[in-house]
Amino acid sequence: MAGTITFEPEDRYNAFLTHGKNVSHGSGKLAGVAVAIKDNITTKDIETTCASKILKGYVPPYDAHVIGLLKAEGAAIVGKTNMDEFGMGSSTENSAFGPTLNPCDTSRVPGGSSGGSAAAVAAGMVRMALGSDTGGSIRCPASFCGIVGLKPSYGRVSRYGLIAYSNSLEQIGPLGKTTTDVSTLMSVIAGYDRHDTTSQNKPYNHTPDAKIKGLKIGIPQEYFGKGVDPQVGDVVKRAIGRLEELGATTVPCSIPSMEYALAAYYVTCTCEASSNLARFDGVRYGPAPDTKKPWHDAYTEVRSAAFGTEVRRRIMLGTFALSSGYYGKYYAKAQVARANVRADFNRIFKDVDVIAGPTMPTVAFRLKEKSDPLSMYLADILTVPANLAGIPAISVPCGKSEGMPVGLQIMGRMFEDERIVDVAYAYEQAVS
Amino acid sequence: MADPDGQVIVGLEVHCQLDTKSKLFCGCSTDYRNDGPNTHVCPICLGLPGAMPALNRRAIEYAMKVAKALNCEILNESEFSRKNYFYPDLDKAYQITQYDKPLAEGGYLEIESDEGGERKIRLTRIHVEEDPGRLVHMGNVERGKYSLVDYNRAGIPLIEIVSEPDMRSPKEARKFLNKLRATLEYLNVFDSEKEGSIRVDANISITGSERVEVKNITSYKGVEKALTFEVTRQKNLIRRGQKIERETRHYLEARGVTQAGRSKEQEHDYRYFPEPDLRPLRVKSWLDNIVLPELPDARRERFMADYGCSLNHARTLTGELKLANFFEKVVASDKRGLSPLAATWIADTLIGELNYRDMNLDRIEPAAVTGLVLLLKAGTITDKSGVEVLRIMLDQQLKGEAAETPDAIVKRQNLAKTAGDTGAITAAIEEAINENPKALDDYRAGKSGAQNFLVGQVMKKTRGKADPAELNRLLTEALKRWEA
Ligand SMILES: [Zn+2]
Repeated sequence: MAGTITFEPEDRYNAFLTHGKNVSHGSGKLAGVAVAIKDNITTKDIETTCASKILKGYVPPYDAHVIGLLKAEGAAIVGKTNMDEFGMGSSTENSAFGPTLNPCDTSRVPGGSSGGSAAAVAAGMVRMALGSDTGGSIRCPASFCGIVGLKPSYGRVSRYGLIAYSNSLEQIGPLGKTTTDVSTLMSVIAGYDRHDTTSQNKPYNHTPDAKIKGLKIGIPQEYFGKGVDPQVGDVVKRAIGRLEELGATTVPCSIPSMEYALAAYYVTCTCEASSNLARFDGVRYGPAPDTKKPWHDAYTEVRSAAFGTEVRRRIMLGTFALSSGYYGKYYAKAQVARANVRADFNRIFKDVDVIAGPTMPTVAFRLKEKSDPLSMYLADILTVPANLAGIPAISVPCGKSEGMPVGLQIMGRMFEDERIVDVAYAYEQAVS
Repeated sequence: MADPDGQVIVGLEVHCQLDTKSKLFCGCSTDYRNDGPNTHVCPICLGLPGAMPALNRRAIEYAMKVAKALNCEILNESEFSRKNYFYPDLDKAYQITQYDKPLAEGGYLEIESDEGGERKIRLTRIHVEEDPGRLVHMGNVERGKYSLVDYNRAGIPLIEIVSEPDMRSPKEARKFLNKLRATLEYLNVFDSEKEGSIRVDANISITGSERVEVKNITSYKGVEKALTFEVTRQKNLIRRGQKIERETRHYLEARGVTQAGRSKEQEHDYRYFPEPDLRPLRVKSWLDNIVLPELPDARRERFMADYGCSLNHARTLTGELKLANFFEKVVASDKRGLSPLAATWIADTLIGELNYRDMNLDRIEPAAVTGLVLLLKAGTITDKSGVEVLRIMLDQQLKGEAAETPDAIVKRQNLAKTAGDTGAITAAIEEAINENPKALDDYRAGKSGAQNFLVGQVMKKTRGKADPAELNRLLTEALKRWEA
C-alpha cells in the first residue's frame, strides 16, 4: 500500500451503488487514480450486486482478473457503479436501486448499461471507470454522457470475474474523459489470463498517435439510414470530415447482414442469459426462500420476486428460444447471422482500415421515454454489430445535437484496438 | 409382439470419475473423501458469479486414453455444452458436459458372453463432463427438516461411456462393467475403490416391448441385481398381459428393487447449447503421444502363455489390476514352478476367503502366499492344512495381530504332514473303525460311502495332517483285514 485517497463525492446522479471514503491504493501506472467499477465486476470484500435485488448483500470472496491488474498498478478502487440489472438495458433505468441521471441533463438517461460508470466520469467524480459492453453498454453511455468509451476486441481483456450476461458477446472495457485515459486504462487491463480461456495473449502497450494520414475509413450506409436521427447523422458526418482534413479518405460501404443483427443479438444474449442467471435460485444468493416449500416452488417464488421485469423478460425469451424444437429456429440461426456479420466486416476491412458512423441513433433520451421494450432494443442497432463480430469499437464525443453530446463510433479490425484509439485521439486532438 | 420369453436387451451408460489430481475446470484437489463438506471448493467449482471454467488438460488426456483403449474414434472437433436444469446440488444450474460433439464415438469392449467365447459390445460414444455436488438430507428426503449441500464433489471430472444395446442378460451387463473397470484401472485413470466413483444408468427391454431406463445404480453387483429385478418384473407384466410403460425407474440399492420415478415432470428439457466460456476442443493429434499400457485381454493371453494358466484362471486373475499384479509377485521367484499351484490357490481359494471376510487384497502380502505355495508344492502340508494356514494369516490381519509366516504357523500349530509316521495314522484308523461299527457294517455290505466316511473320521483325528494318499492306502489295508 502506497497511500490513501479521500473519496467523498456528492453523488447527485446516483452513479454509485457503493463507494468507499478513505480508499487505499498502491503504486504504479495508476497510483492514487480513482477508478470506478461497474457493479457486475467482482470485487473482493466489496458488495457486488449487478444492480439486482437477488445479489443484494453478496460480497464476493475474490477479485475479477482486471481488478487484480488495477490494484497492481496502484489504482484506488473507489466504488461500484449503477447499471441496468445484469447489464440488460440501454438506459440504466432497469436498476433495482433507481436510475442514474445524465450529468449533461438530469432529465435524461445516461445510457446503459454502464450508465453509472459513464456518469461518474462525465461528472468528474472519477478520472476513469470500467464498464462492460455486451451490445453497446460502454459505447452507448459514453456517447450519451459525452465521454470516451472503448469496447475492446473479444478476448483482449479477461472476463474472469465479470458476472456473465452474454459470455460470447461481452468484454470489459475502459471509460474516460479523454482517449489518453481510456488508452492508459486499456494498457492495464488487457492481456491473457489463464482463468479465461477465451482470452488472447495480446497485451496492449500503446501510446495514442494522432497521425492518420492515408487512413481509409469505411462509411456504411446503414449507419446513416432509417432509424438514425438525421441531426445526429449530420454531426457525425462533420466529424468524419475533420478526419478527412487530417489526411484520411472515406469509402462508402454496406453491411447488408445488419438487417438481422439485432435479432441475432437478442436471441444470443437472451439464450446465454437464461442459463447464466439460472444459478440465482435463492439457495446461495438473494432473499432466503421459505424453507417449508418444496424446492422448486421456493425457486419460482424467489426468482419471480427478486428479478426485475426486463431480466425476467429476457430469461423467458432465452428459455423459450433454447427449448427443444426451437434451438434450430433461433439459437442456431442467430449463429449463422453472426457469421454473416463477421463475413461482412471481413470483406469491408479488406478495403478500409476502420469503419466510422454514429455510436447511437439518437442523443440521450428522456427518463421513462422508452417504455416499450422494443423501442429500447432498437437503440442498440449501431452498437451490436461490433459485438456480434467481436471487433473493437470506440465512441468519442464529436459535437452536440439538441444540446446533448453525440458520439462518433470507430470500429476496427479484430485486435486492432490501437488503430481505432489513434483515430479517436486524432479527432480529439484536432478539435481541442 | 410382447413375449415373456423374448430376448433381454441391455444397454448401459456408465459414469466414471477420472482419477485426476485436480478438478475438471479449477485447481481444487479431488481428494475430498476424508475431509469436511465444502472444503475442496473455489469460486469456479462453486459457480460463483463471474468465475469461469478453465479446462484441465490432464482430464482430457485420461479420457482420450480410455477412448483409445476402447477403440473409439476421437472427433476432429468436439465441444462442451451446457445442460440446463435446476437442482440444489448443481451450483450453476447447468452442468458443463458434451452433447452433440462428444470427445469420441464408436469403439467396442470385448466381454465373455453367456454362451462362452468373446463378444464385442459396441460403444456409442464417450464424453467428458463435470460431476455435480451432493445433497445430504437431514433425516429423510420427504420428511426431513432440511438438506445440506456439499460441493466438494462439484467439478470432479467424469467420463460417460454409452454402450449400444448389445448385452443380452443382466450377467453380461455385469461382465461388461467389470471388464470396463479393469480396463480403466489398467490405464491408471480410475480408482474403483473410491466411494461413488462409478454410477450406471441401464436401459433394458424385452423384444417387442418398450424400453425402461433404470437410474442410480452405484455398484458393480447392483447392475446385475437391478436388471435381474427388472427382467422378472417385466416378464411378469407381459405374462399377465400388461403393457410395459416406457419410463425411468430408480434403483434402490438397499432393497434391491427398482421404483417408478415420481411423475412425468421428470421429463426435462435440458436446453443444451455450446458452453461459450470454453473453446472447441481440437485434440485428435494428442493421440500420437498416448501410449497404452498392457490391457486386460493382452495380459490374459500372456498369463496363459507364460504361466500356463487355464483360460478361466487367467480371466479371473487379470480381471482386476491388483489381482494380476499380486499373482505376478507371488510367482516371481519361480514362474513356471509356482504358477499352477499359485493360480489355483489365488483364483479359487484366496478370493473366496477374502470375500468371506470382506477384506481387501492389500491386506495380505504376496510373500506370504508365496510361502504357502512353497509349502504345498514341497508336500510339507496337505491342502486342508493349507486352507487353515491361509485362514490364520487372514484372521491375524483382520484382528491386527502380528503376522506370522506360513512356516511359523505350520510349526506352531503342528500342521506338517505326518508323512512316514504310519503308526499315528494306523492308530487313528483302528480307533475310527472301533468307534463306528455301523460304518464297518456298511462297508461290508458294499456301500460305497462308508470308506469316505472313515477317511473323514481319520482326518479329523489327525487334524488334517495325514497325507491323503497314505491314509487311503492304510485304510484300504485295514478294511481288507476286517473283511477277512
Ligand atoms: Zn474449485
